[in-house]
Amino acid sequence: MLLIPCPWCGPRDEAEFGYGGQAGVAYPRDPGALTDEEWARYLFFRDNPEGPFEERWNHSAGCRRWFNLTRNTATNEITPISPSGDASPPGNVATGEVGTASASWDAATGGPR
Amino acid sequence: MADPTPPREPATMVERISPLAGFAGVSDTRLRVREIPFLRQTNLRADPGKVPPSLGLRLPMEPGTWLRSGGADVLWLGPDEWLVIGDVDLPRSEDVAVTDVSAQRTTILVAGPGARDLLAHGCAIDLHPSVFGPGRCAQTTLARAQVVLVAGEDEEFRVLVRASFARYLADWITDAAVDY
Repeated sequence: MLLIPCPWCGPRDEAEFGYGGQAGVAYPRDPGALTDEEWARYLFFRDNPEGPFEERWNHSAGCRRWFNLTRNTATNEITPISPSGDASPPGNVATGEVGTASASWDAATGGPR
Repeated sequence: MADPTPPREPATMVERISPLAGFAGVSDTRLRVREIPFLRQTNLRADPGKVPPSLGLRLPMEPGTWLRSGGADVLWLGPDEWLVIGDVDLPRSEDVAVTDVSAQRTTILVAGPGARDLLAHGCAIDLHPSVFGPGRCAQTTLARAQVVLVAGEDEEFRVLVRASFARYLADWITDAAVDY
């Protein structure tokens, strides 16, 4: 069982979390302009590194917030929350506008001020 | 449009039944368990920087804490979310989403010197008094059921659990209480 550091609630059992896959996958700016192959790549193709991997987690049984962390896929070693730590699913951050309602939160850590 | 001043007396045709009606609980020198039914609960969503003073409540800003304000207990649920437990009418405002969630959860009181051990039996978070003392609250799982744990004075804990999970959790607590 992994012990995952929620930026709000502190370390919690993995069972309290939902996995959100690779972090930072931006929604296409103009989805209608994509070819089928580009769209399929956006939907289904993800990095699969052996080593550090930035990924999204949702503390579904706790504060229900999304956050990012870097996990080593070989050792499961979790390094501190990535500075972006954006509270919104990165699927929405392509424009940099949607889901940035966190103006009053610490922009550096994405955590509480 | 509902009548703005509904009668406080329940209609005689309708009997209110709590999710744990008939729950015997536990009454022992080391452990007391019983249901506190029908607590009024209100969910608040607001930008922590834009909480209007007209709300009449102080909101805890530190994660995992609760405080008593305006005759109610205000629990931190998230960076922009709080739960108000108590019979208070909150003013409507453009900056705050106020939702009555009284029927969502019922409350189980777990108290006594054995209470902490009992909860730790089915809960993964650190419940040591130095970490989870009075004034702390946490959303976590207890015996795999999602709960809100609220630590009060004198080893009294309130366990807020969804109505549909209440019977299961009460049975689990009754069973686990045998050990403590």
